[in-house]
Amino acid sequence: MKPAPFDYVRPGTLEEALQALAGHPEAKILAGGQSLVPLLSMRLAAPAVLVDINDLPDLDHVRADADGVRIGALARHAEVLKDAEVARVQPLVPLALANVAHPTIRNRGTTVGSLVHADAAAEMPMVLRLLDGSVDVAGPGGRRTIPAAELYVGPLESSLHHDEIAVEAFFPALGAGSGVAFEEIARRHGDYAMCGVAAVVTVEGDRVVSAKAGYLSVSDIPAVVDLTEALDGSVDATALAAAAAAALEELDPETDIHATADYRAHLATVLTARVVTAAYDDARTRAGGSR
Amino acid sequence: MTTKMMGAKVQRVEDDRLVRGTGRYVDDVALDALHTAVLRSPHAHARILSIDVDAVLDVEGVHAVWTYDDLEGAMAEPLPLLIPHPTLTHGRTQYALAKDEVNYVGEAIAFVVADDRYVAEDALARIVVEYEPLPAVVGLEAARTAANLVHDDVPGNVGARMEQSNGDAAAAIAAAPHTLSLDLKIERSACMPMEGRGTVARWDPDQGRLQVWTSTQTSTGVRAAVAAKLGLDLGQVDVITPDVGGGFGVKIVHPWPEELLVPLAAQKLGRAVKFTEDRREHFISSAHERAQEHHVEVGFDDEGRVLGLDVRFWHDHGAYTPYGLIVPIITSTQLLGPYKPGAYHVQFDSLYTNTVIVTPYRGAGRPQGCFVMERTMDAIAAALGKDRADVRAVNFIQPDEFPYEQGLIFQDGRELTYDSGDYPAMLDKIKELVDWDGFESFRAAKAAEGKRVGLGLACYVEGTGVGPYEGAHVHIETSGKVKVATGLTSQGQGHQTAFAQIVADELGVRFEDVEITTGDTRRMAYAVGTFASRAAVMSGSAIHLAAKRTKEKALRIAADALEADVDDLEIVDGVVSVKGTDSSIPLGTIAVLSNPLRYAFDEASKAATQFNVGDPTKPPVAEDDEPGLEGTDFYSPPRSTFASGMHAVIVETDVETAEIRILKYAVVHDCGHLINPMIVEGQIHGGVAQGVGGALYERMAYDESGQLLNASFMDFLMPYVTEVPTSIEIDHLETPSPLNPLGIKGAGEAGVIPGSAAFAAAIEDAERSALPSFGITAMPISPSELFALRAVHASSEESK
Repeated sequence: MKPAPFDYVRPGTLEEALQALAGHPEAKILAGGQSLVPLLSMRLAAPAVLVDINDLPDLDHVRADADGVRIGALARHAEVLKDAEVARVQPLVPLALANVAHPTIRNRGTTVGSLVHADAAAEMPMVLRLLDGSVDVAGPGGRRTIPAAELYVGPLESSLHHDEIAVEAFFPALGAGSGVAFEEIARRHGDYAMCGVAAVVTVEGDRVVSAKAGYLSVSDIPAVVDLTEALDGSVDATALAAAAAAALEELDPETDIHATADYRAHLATVLTARVVTAAYDDARTRAGGSR
Repeated sequence: MTTKMMGAKVQRVEDDRLVRGTGRYVDDVALDALHTAVLRSPHAHARILSIDVDAVLDVEGVHAVWTYDDLEGAMAEPLPLLIPHPTLTHGRTQYALAKDEVNYVGEAIAFVVADDRYVAEDALARIVVEYEPLPAVVGLEAARTAANLVHDDVPGNVGARMEQSNGDAAAAIAAAPHTLSLDLKIERSACMPMEGRGTVARWDPDQGRLQVWTSTQTSTGVRAAVAAKLGLDLGQVDVITPDVGGGFGVKIVHPWPEELLVPLAAQKLGRAVKFTEDRREHFISSAHERAQEHHVEVGFDDEGRVLGLDVRFWHDHGAYTPYGLIVPIITSTQLLGPYKPGAYHVQFDSLYTNTVIVTPYRGAGRPQGCFVMERTMDAIAAALGKDRADVRAVNFIQPDEFPYEQGLIFQDGRELTYDSGDYPAMLDKIKELVDWDGFESFRAAKAAEGKRVGLGLACYVEGTGVGPYEGAHVHIETSGKVKVATGLTSQGQGHQTAFAQIVADELGVRFEDVEITTGDTRRMAYAVGTFASRAAVMSGSAIHLAAKRTKEKALRIAADALEADVDDLEIVDGVVSVKGTDSSIPLGTIAVLSNPLRYAFDEASKAATQFNVGDPTKPPVAEDDEPGLEGTDFYSPPRSTFASGMHAVIVETDVETAEIRILKYAVVHDCGHLINPMIVEGQIHGGVAQGVGGALYERMAYDESGQLLNASFMDFLMPYVTEVPTSIEIDHLETPSPLNPLGIKGAGEAGVIPGSAAFAAAIEDAERSALPSFGITAMPISPSELFALRAVHASSEESK
């Protein structure tokens, strides 16, 4: 379990990092290394060059304002998770982050790294899609913003080009009248979930005016389903069953050694009801309508 | 008298060092060593047509690359079959490097020595092997069907068929008022110590000696194997076992291919050479355990008393049988647990498959036997509508029936005779600990909250402390410090602490003054090893006897020096004194006197000059004496001593998600007299954690081509601390063993044995409150499988 030989560069500026990438078509970017390093050690990946971006300046920020949360490429999950302003502006971010692996991994792993690793079993890509966030990338031609809806193109595949570096992620703020919830079921505490669901529900009074849910581990790429129509304004048992049925239409769970496709579909059904209900309650609480 | 150490909750003295990261493991030895890597078969079954290593020779930093063709003499013979048995008619072992054929993914094919492990792994990638893939035999059904054979010359894939009986079980079942039959199954798991295998060797050309450090459970075994395979005299080989990061059974297997190839490379290259196994290698090239399928026929009376029990089972022993039939023999005999069936018959087939070898893993065949017996007890209770504890109670061996002969031959070739125990008292304790009688009201309260809970109980008996012997050497130095050596190894059990407690009590010295050395063949050349819950019983007893011998000598010399009678002496804190007087002599001074040297080196020697010992008309060292304050002794029992225990667990099975949550776990344990209750409880905690793993998480996911799909800690699910019960309630019973001087029994494996049996019972109990036909016949069980089982039973109940 030792990596194959590779060259290593540790640029001090973004420009140098982009040049290093441009010069080495088989280069890989190293940030937190929590996915890449095990792949290297098992020789499942053997890039010719590692471009370590940990010395790049001004990329470890976590900023929250009225628009939303901006997370720099070098901000660790643990930093984002403990930021009170993030929790206030977009509470779904910490709710999901608390389920990302274990504290030691969250101490090193970067949120932006996880987003562009594009694992459909990971929490943050799904949350980014659910919230309609985006990722800013720098490339040879300058900066561009990739909306979450265009970021994920296949299993472990993002729409970043090889010569681009993701520099910042943006999670929009929670809107007025909205609430969020997150729940996942994993074989062990901190493992990749067999299924996970997050929801954003917006209410007017007691009535649901919009509801969307995101799903982990039950599709090739992070999945988001609009449940507004299925719920038809309510979160009673009938509405929740209809919502789960609507979600299953859009999902494609598979069998692996930890869970069958049927079981994952069942979990998606159970969690849809739990999470939509919790998000609905959260929305009403935030709107001051709780009892 | 000093405070008695035996039975005291003494804090482990090892932990400060181990927890702070200053332990010294094999990989910490010889930092100048060359490193090695092994090319392993990617096929479960294939013929090797050719191996081309030419491309490796050009790699900078490579010192050697070997295949089978490079091996000579005994090294070119198959590895030893350590424990032959007359019924193991078709035993097979692998070669150190594969010859012509590979029989599991992971089998060693080529060996590279290089400057470091990185270069060694780079070199492996350049070796070109041409294979002719053969059909793989994976799983017991494929082995039994034998459409394909693992070894061409082993018909039916049957390595061994063994049968034992006590009475006429078939006749007893035929005549019984009630009968049941069950088909039961347990899957594969593995020991998974934190530290994998590892070996370092250094050849000293000046002395013509080989020094080997290896992460093993038997340094004397490795020493003998290395000497035999390398053609060296035993006296030329030292084997030292430093700190070992867990064994759990896998490291009793020896010699591993690398345990021979590393010393050979050290000798040939004249350099220190090291092999440090990585985790993926550990999954595919060490050992697994557990996989068995059982068919049970049982006949019983109206009270649930078992009149006849007939068990036929199939044991998957993997591709080779280096450790013989120990695991299935233990299953077939220890299955009986604390019970006395009217008649018993058991027959097993031990079958080859193209998978990693199967050798003892903590519990060693007992978890399977316990699962089968306890599922049978639960099935009898259900059939009769009786309380599950009551059915067990009517089948117990009673306290006045010891020694109790089960009428079978145990794994050590001796009769299966239980030495002591009190199972009814133990059942009372476990029922109280888990509130057995109050459970139905707890269940009702939970049901009112919409929750589903269940209670399970499982009982076991464990033969521990198997022979043939262990020895100990006790040496009191002139400083008064006591140096003790015993030959078996330590892999984290706390031997320094527990053995020092025994010595402190027997010798009357301070606990802190006792130093224990284990697993170093330079200090104790005669030893067997640490397995079968035997270290405390075997080495503990030997140390006690050696300390006693040393004490006798000390008192004899002290009596002479103090001009007193031996019976008037006592030893407190390392000082011998005449009771009731201030006449005394420290043990260190006695050590000086015991060695009639003419030179005085130090203050201790000078201090001794005030005493006169010996008769000036006789030789300074008497004919039947020897110099030095030392004692050596050995302990060799007639047979194993039988520990026992009962576990009870309460689970909640999530009505919606089928997740399984542990609400309470209770253990009653009897290992005779306790040396250190804190260590025993630690052993129980660790065992229960592994039991949770075996019951709810761990399995080896082989696909049909023999590839292990989950050969990493990401997909092989050992429980984290978050999956283990937050508290384990423990109560002890102490029925001393009459077979050894301390009255102790083994405690190392016990905690893991009843795990799968207890969880199966608890989950079944929970589910039956909703689905009366629900039954569990296979373990482990995951939430996904529980969900599927619910669906099967729900549809079968609908169709009624």
